[in-house]
Amino acid sequence: MSTTDLPTPVLRGAAPAHAPAGTGHLRGTRSFPAEARDALQDTQLRRNLGKATGVIRAKRQAVVDEVPDWEELRLAGSAIKADVMARLPELLEQLEANVVARGGTVHWARDAEEANATVLRLVREAGADEVVKVKSMATQETGLNEALEAGGVAALETDLAELIVQLGHDRPSHILVPAIHRNRAEIREIFLREMPDVDPDLTDEPRRLAMAARAHLRRKFLSAKVAVSGANFAVADSGTLSVVESEGNGRMCLTLPETLITVMGVEKVVPTWFDLEVFLQLLPRSSTGERMNPYTSTWTGVTPGDGPQAFHLVLMDNGRSGVLADPDGRAALHCIRCSACLNVCPVYERAGGHAYGSVYPGPIGAVLSPLLTGISGEDDPNASLPYASSLCGACFDACPVRIDIPNLLVQQRAASVESHRRPTGQDVAMRAARVAMTSPGRFTAAEKAMSLGRVLGGRSGRITALPWPASRWTASRDVPAPPKETAREWFARTRPGQER
Amino acid sequence: MRIAVMTTCLGDAVVPQAVRATVELLERLGHDVVLPPGQTCCGQMHVNTGYLREAVPVVRHSVDVFGPVADGDWDAVVAPSGSCTGCVRHQHAMVARRAGDERLASRAEAVAARTYELSELLVDVLGVTDVGAYYPHRVTYHPTCHSLRMLRVGDKPLQLLRAVRGIELVELPDAEVCCGFGGTFALKNADTSTAMLADKMSAVLATGAEVCSASDSSCLLHIGGGLGRLRTGVRTVHLAEILASTDGSGAAVAAPSRAQSGPAPDVEQEAPL
Ligand code: SF4
Repeated sequence: MSTTDLPTPVLRGAAPAHAPAGTGHLRGTRSFPAEARDALQDTQLRRNLGKATGVIRAKRQAVVDEVPDWEELRLAGSAIKADVMARLPELLEQLEANVVARGGTVHWARDAEEANATVLRLVREAGADEVVKVKSMATQETGLNEALEAGGVAALETDLAELIVQLGHDRPSHILVPAIHRNRAEIREIFLREMPDVDPDLTDEPRRLAMAARAHLRRKFLSAKVAVSGANFAVADSGTLSVVESEGNGRMCLTLPETLITVMGVEKVVPTWFDLEVFLQLLPRSSTGERMNPYTSTWTGVTPGDGPQAFHLVLMDNGRSGVLADPDGRAALHCIRCSACLNVCPVYERAGGHAYGSVYPGPIGAVLSPLLTGISGEDDPNASLPYASSLCGACFDACPVRIDIPNLLVQQRAASVESHRRPTGQDVAMRAARVAMTSPGRFTAAEKAMSLGRVLGGRSGRITALPWPASRWTASRDVPAPPKETAREWFARTRPGQER
Repeated sequence: MRIAVMTTCLGDAVVPQAVRATVELLERLGHDVVLPPGQTCCGQMHVNTGYLREAVPVVRHSVDVFGPVADGDWDAVVAPSGSCTGCVRHQHAMVARRAGDERLASRAEAVAARTYELSELLVDVLGVTDVGAYYPHRVTYHPTCHSLRMLRVGDKPLQLLRAVRGIELVELPDAEVCCGFGGTFALKNADTSTAMLADKMSAVLATGAEVCSASDSSCLLHIGGGLGRLRTGVRTVHLAEILASTDGSGAAVAAPSRAQSGPAPDVEQEAPL
């Protein structure tokens, strides 16, 4: 009963190497430094972010510390993911066969456009003009809501934070807490403005806000005929899909409507339930800092008389085959979207999620977005993303599946450099530095030239203003004037004949 | 032991006091110190900015200069820098391998196996935590990301500092958070870098310390540059300088260096070899 109307992308290499430009929300329009500069001026944003990430960091650390075999779990998670990537085509075929055997239908989508078109067609076939949605990174990636709207279908986000973003005509700024950049006073204003029938005396008390959202959503849950979800995991050997969440709104979507459409990236498959067990321990502690997430839903095909009577699974590539083919980049597909790396990242904490221009912000986004969509040249905003990190390594330590994000960042920086179509100022400087650094004579000469900088230092020995591009340093930091004598000169003077 | 000091490009040209202190400290502990001629830079700037191909000759040069440690001519190479040591240990072979130069990669690995950051050399290789230093100041210590996460030096610098006489060591809040330097990050993302620096400076100032120490001159340059700009009166001092300081009854005396004052006239009275 499968409608495998497209070749398996990971099997036949038929998918384009990169996700198409112009569809979905994978790439931004401005460079990271430009976006970050604006964000840093928003004092409210910095306060909201600093507070929220601080709280969630502490929670995560506390629950991670109480697991004695956390490192073993991380290693297990990493090994399972490596195994999945090594035999992805085989696992996807197994998943497809089992979904079909349990009464589901599987659709393959090479990219975001095909995924959106498939969902729109299925919604129409179900005779609906409205869908309820479980928060889903995959459909944010494809821009499904906009595509549905263009096709005359209204999509209602039911995750509270996602609803806030949707009602605020805003963009999500965090994988797990899309409205992390908003505080409750701002949320109250959005609700008062956008929710019909809301109590005009609504306060910014969290409980009151949640109750208002609940009343708003309840009506929709009961009337919607079609639901759209993402998936956290798909178990190949049983055909089971799984979504984990905190509020239970997702479970309402997964059980009440007649038709359920799940869109998932092909990398989300795991071989067996035993593997699921590892991730269900790693994910909640890493993401919300809870021992177990309040709702774990699993479903397998359709069950007559119970739950949705039609189930469609859309398996989406959208650039993943290309990433899989990159021996370094492949590890980025191990990501389980827990957002731990965002919460510990000092750059994310200051610049916020919008600065990354993609639905995948933070350290993993800084590598995943350019990997999925490519870097088309020095002016491409993607070219700036891998540099949105000080390479401090906090993301690697936090990642539950041990993705070496710092190494991926360096590799994507190399991709960024290799995309240059004409030599940039940075290229010229780096070449000059390489020339100096491979010849002791030239290196010494360069040091000599630099020590002329002493003049700028004056009597204080500190330089407070330098011409561009070093002015970016002296905008906020002094520079010491170079010393009279280098370390090597000192050594040669004080220990003659002892250089070797 | 016969120990070769990697000056690092920054340590040679901009902050030689950390290199001088490293040499003096190791000599005071009775070791034979060499400063391999012809050394320039480990190539970290190229690697971390994504110039992996430009980095190949720089890496090759570094591996050539420090190759004798792999042949047993020296017992160890030490760098007063966590990030340069991290580059040698975790990036040199990667750069070579990516360029398809397997011979360079294995030579780089052999050199890396005997290259240490200062606190690693002292605690793990030389087995000392009390180096006989005297430093009567209120000090806070910033562990630096690359020492912490690339090298996993753990609390070795603190073990060394705790054994220093006269020191008043105060804990730095949020010590493990990056100071915002990050090499070219400080220039490419100057605004974000400055925001990170501001928070690090607040943490340093909250300790009431008169000295902020670390074992990476580049981070110290960044933090010290910010503290100096704000006229806070807090100075940055490399770990090696603190460990090299004595009360004068021993050999070398390194006064807490005032920011970049150039070689003090009295440093020529060196320890006997
Ligand atoms: S990269 Fe790792 S830490 Fe970041 S979201 Fe993915 S799984 Fe979580």
